Amino acid sequence: MLSKRIIPCLDVRDGRTTKGIRFKDNIDVGDPVEMGRYYYEQGADEIVFYDITASSERRPIMLDVVRRVAETIFIPFSVGGGIRTLEDMRDVLLAGAEKVSVNTAAVLNPDIIRQGAEAFGSQCVVLGMDVKKVQVSSKIPSGYEMVINGGRTYMGIDALWWAHEAERLGAGEICLNSIDADGTKTGYEIELTRLISANVRIPVIASGGAGEPQHLLDVLNQGLADAALIASMVHYGTYTIREIKNFLSENGLKVRSSW
Amino acid sequence: MIAILDYKAGNLTSVKRALDHLGFPSKITNSHEEIRKADKVVFPGVGAAGKSMESLAELGLDRLLLELFDEMVPILGICVGLQVLFDSSEENQTLCLGILPGEVRRFPEKIYSDTGDLLKIPHMGWNAVSFESDHPVFRGIPEGSEFYFVHSYYPQPADRNMAVGMTEYGITFASAVALRNLAAVQFHPEKSGSPGLRLLDNFCRWNGIL
Repeated sequence: MLSKRIIPCLDVRDGRTTKGIRFKDNIDVGDPVEMGRYYYEQGADEIVFYDITASSERRPIMLDVVRRVAETIFIPFSVGGGIRTLEDMRDVLLAGAEKVSVNTAAVLNPDIIRQGAEAFGSQCVVLGMDVKKVQVSSKIPSGYEMVINGGRTYMGIDALWWAHEAERLGAGEICLNSIDADGTKTGYEIELTRLISANVRIPVIASGGAGEPQHLLDVLNQGLADAALIASMVHYGTYTIREIKNFLSENGLKVRSSW
Repeated sequence: MIAILDYKAGNLTSVKRALDHLGFPSKITNSHEEIRKADKVVFPGVGAAGKSMESLAELGLDRLLLELFDEMVPILGICVGLQVLFDSSEENQTLCLGILPGEVRRFPEKIYSDTGDLLKIPHMGWNAVSFESDHPVFRGIPEGSEFYFVHSYYPQPADRNMAVGMTEYGITFASAVALRNLAAVQFHPEKSGSPGLRLLDNFCRWNGIL
């Protein structure tokens, strides 16, 4: 059986990680390459880099990061943030990423999913979804709406409909981020994750809200998520990936326990 | 030198980087001359069987692979590089290389976990491989090690003895196969952390003799 994946997410700005990280004295805490390797050695099942600046002139910095990360970690890693065109996708994949995550650009131009899947295969194309809970309406029957610009712009698109549509267009995986839960450390949005995961056949990575190992257990069990994204709970040294995996394993989940 | 076959099949550089890391010189190439000079051949792959067979035929690599197999050159197939070694694949009803007897089939639409949940296709993520023979390429890999998989089709060797590693995903399938100077894996050793690197290291040191 497949193991549930635990995926640290690094936010990168101008080629540096944005959050200070407290783990080892001998590591340049802002260097995404060092951090990628650290998490690789600590048992991460995959690593996500998110370019939060993501304007086109900054792209070369990120590509250099991707290239250097690819030389030192031998697990899958995906890159997202500011991916707008097939060329952007190609650049990131050629630099050594396994997967590329599209978010805003896919909402504005869904065809980018189809193009990416056709050119590079579905396994390369991750759909990032930023979602907010809203009133159920005829337009938003699931009560979850797609948003962009960090949650400031409502798109009038139903999240469940969009997940289906992206799967149909060829997305290989969904990274589902709840804007409501993001940064709260009070747990993932279980109801949303369950709704999406139960209704698509592609894997769903839960994102937003993780503060303690119990939150991962809940979203991987009740939320039916295939993987869980984590950030601050490991970045600040509160937990190690080993501790999280031990907890999940003790509670009956299958995780990769040797690496 | 180890030749990594270049037939426009996805992320070839990840195999190269892993071999670089392990300290084995390699080259991504489709030149027959260079491939013939290589001590060993890695045959990677991502994508569809049909398209892969087309590209191989265009470059004449289909015939070359058959010759290398006959000449006892060590060959490692990875993912689609494993699948097209068989007689045929259900993916686009593709006639494949026929080096390994058997066929490649799609996972059944309805497969379930032990707990009764409908399993997702593709089979994507980390799963265990139990190695069932003492083959040089798979030696020293700890029992229960997990590897990274991404695929919707799986190999079904005609001869049960060819299956040297088994994996469970709703069904039990051969995730590692071997015949003479050829070893092939459905997972991605170049993306599977230290057990994967160990496998590649073993292959790079193997002379193709059992």
